[in-house]
Amino acid sequence: MALIEFTKKGIYCKQGDFYIDPWWPVNYAVTTHGHSDHVRFGNKYYLCHTLTKPIIKRRISEDLNVETLDYGESIVRNGVNISFFPAGHIIGSAQVRLEYKGEICVVSGDYKIEDDGISTAFEPVKCHSFVSESTFGLPVYKWQKQDIVFDKIKSWVSDNITQQKTSILIAYSLGKAQRLIKNLTGNIPIYVHNSIANLNEVIINAGVNLPETIRITPEITKDELQKGIVIVPPVMRDSRWIKNLSHPVTGICSGWMQVRAHRRWQSADAGFALSDHADWTGLMDAITATGAEKVYVTHGFTAAFSRFLNDNGIESAEVTTKFGQEDDEENKVDLAEQNETK
Amino acid sequence: MKRFAQLIQQLELSNKTNDKIAALVNYFNYADDKDKVWVIALFTGKKPKRPIKSALLKYWAIEITQTPEWLFSESYSNVGDLSETIALLLPPAENTSDFQLHKWIENLHELEGKDDETKKEFILNAWNTLETNERFIFNKLISGNFRIGVSNKMLVNALAKQSSLDSAQIMHSIMGKWNPYEITFNELINGIHVNTDNSWPYPFCLAYALENEPETLGSISEWQAEWKWDGIRGQIVKRNGELFIWSRGEELVTEQFPELHFLIDILPDGVVLDGEILAVQNKQVLSFSTLQQRLNRKTINKKQLEDAPIGFFVYDILEYETNDFREQPLSERRKILVQLIGGLNESPVILSPVINCKSWEELAELRLTSRSINSEGIMLKKLSSPYHSGRKRGDWWKWKINPYTVDAVMIYAQKGSGRRANFFTDYTFAVRDGENLVTIAKAYSGLTDKEIKEVNSFVTRNAIEKFGPVRTVKPELVFEIAFEGIAQSKRHKAGLALRFPRILRWRKDKKADEINTLEDLRQLLKSTL
Repeated sequence: MALIEFTKKGIYCKQGDFYIDPWWPVNYAVTTHGHSDHVRFGNKYYLCHTLTKPIIKRRISEDLNVETLDYGESIVRNGVNISFFPAGHIIGSAQVRLEYKGEICVVSGDYKIEDDGISTAFEPVKCHSFVSESTFGLPVYKWQKQDIVFDKIKSWVSDNITQQKTSILIAYSLGKAQRLIKNLTGNIPIYVHNSIANLNEVIINAGVNLPETIRITPEITKDELQKGIVIVPPVMRDSRWIKNLSHPVTGICSGWMQVRAHRRWQSADAGFALSDHADWTGLMDAITATGAEKVYVTHGFTAAFSRFLNDNGIESAEVTTKFGQEDDEENKVDLAEQNETK
Repeated sequence: MKRFAQLIQQLELSNKTNDKIAALVNYFNYADDKDKVWVIALFTGKKPKRPIKSALLKYWAIEITQTPEWLFSESYSNVGDLSETIALLLPPAENTSDFQLHKWIENLHELEGKDDETKKEFILNAWNTLETNERFIFNKLISGNFRIGVSNKMLVNALAKQSSLDSAQIMHSIMGKWNPYEITFNELINGIHVNTDNSWPYPFCLAYALENEPETLGSISEWQAEWKWDGIRGQIVKRNGELFIWSRGEELVTEQFPELHFLIDILPDGVVLDGEILAVQNKQVLSFSTLQQRLNRKTINKKQLEDAPIGFFVYDILEYETNDFREQPLSERRKILVQLIGGLNESPVILSPVINCKSWEELAELRLTSRSINSEGIMLKKLSSPYHSGRKRGDWWKWKINPYTVDAVMIYAQKGSGRRANFFTDYTFAVRDGENLVTIAKAYSGLTDKEIKEVNSFVTRNAIEKFGPVRTVKPELVFEIAFEGIAQSKRHKAGLALRFPRILRWRKDKKADEINTLEDLRQLLKSTL
């Protein structure tokens, strides 16, 4: 009998009676990471990585009942051994390894292969069945090394500073923002939006070594911001605040920026293909390294990626989930907040 | 090649004209002269001949990357561009090259007539020395067009800024006949290959809209009334045996309208005519949407010439017998014009008729029939007036008929720019099509500041979804949309497009179920064809 099944509420382990990243409230939710499409309000108990705990408490509620594991640690639940391994996606992101009577299944959540310097680097785990995302599961998505991308961002910033323009990078508060901060830190001060500063505080308190940034307050002048790097979450993109800065130029950091059509659609001033998801090569390498006999493909180019695996001798099935909708979720929430404040 | 790849990227990322011009100027300041000539050639549609079919490029890319054909198609449908799909699929280049743009073009040129094996070897080698974004450009050189929103006018403005030469002169130069393999950049922009003195156009005289009743203009006998035609304002220049057609956008469009080329044998030297380029059949003016089939094309085929024949309705004469004639009163200019053009009865060049009326009332009555002859109203020109440069109040007035209107509901809103940057001011409207709503127009002007604030607060309260800067809103607010014309359109879901749509007023008295239907618009479209 398979270790996991895909139900209306999410990925379910019958033998252990728990869910992984469920999207409806359940009794026991094993949580891969803190993005809103993977962890929701209303579960009775949460099990997540030590670093994810303060993040979800901050983002969802202080009252959550949370148990934690470090990478490599395990607990047994109804005879199922649950352990966590780094997924390299964001700080605290974990692949969940389940073992029951010699059968091993790994649910990877979101992951990337390249070491980004801030999330613990991805580690392949041998298993019989593997659940993989496929956000960028087409061969046109192959990332450049992050050093190259960060060099591009840095030279964009210094050009902007000389041309009296204000550099604004659009990045998710959790994950991309910290990755940018870690890799862009240097002589140029980094100014961050409140939502990012709040999460940074949580992360630093949890013991992560994050370079210093400056929280944006009304006291900071446009002139100071112009000489720095400004990082804001996507919801701020079309805000009046940005338009009022001195010659604002926006840069979007996302894997989608690999393709011209997406870049143009976003109408940003610059696009940098920098993703926290594995590229085509990364997905293939990760799957091969697991040695899995069966691969379940979730959110992304599921049909194409799954077909390719099947054609290449790896048994695979597409699975419909509610993952990969983070952007919409965040926007809706923020939209509601905006309306309230007006 | 790197510099050119960077230019393309800058042009693609910005939708501000000033940024694009700045990027072009910067390119022309630093690029290799031979490259610059090719950039002008590529941007004005002078493409080098394709030495290799794009199907072969695709085949070779599939072969060396061992991508299954279906996966290539999946990738292509996500990327939306063949050259780019290939560029992204290929493995990183193992070598580098410093070949400049012109060198690549010349190398490709030399492949012509070679066998497929030679071509393949060259292409694979090239792919292996170029970075992804350069590869994309390289593939485009072979198989595609650069659709990057650079009009001839924008290109000319950038060249004028960079070289401090006159823009009309540069326009003439680059629109002329030249061979990018041979000409130098300086020869090209200085127009060594053409006589730019010959083409010189005059600034157009433009009219203001009539705000008061025509009676306020005094006696009708002091005025010349003409139909106001809805086409492309143009100037025809004949000097020293050469003929030039300029559009109001100060673009040289001589090649686009072969129907008018016979004038080279008819008009004496030293003549400049002002008029309107229109779709014309049997001396009748056709709709603007017919004319549209002929606009902005780099080549014209026989079918287009047959389906949308054009003509030139002549308004005025600005130069006669090589003399600047603009200071002569209109009545004098008209006399000369009648002598010169009046005899061209069977040609597509037609003297725009003068409407003779005894009174303003009679004229007002006639004006109501404008639409039946595809005119958009009446022009009033003072008989004693000179031909002004640009827009000047007092001597020329346009007295347009009331626009068409449709009641539509707002379904999307987007924030404006400039003074209105903080408000949702750009709206998309829909009409009913059975149970569905189908978008028909986007408009942004016509509301008062107070109304804008009201709509803005509605949008913030009733946003359903967000796509980038656009909000989907509850279909509730009804507006009366005015427009000048209607045309079939494959690009719009509704199958038709409105011309110059704008908000006439907010119909607070109407509910969303009282708006017009798509069928109403289809009927209107039928009646105008």
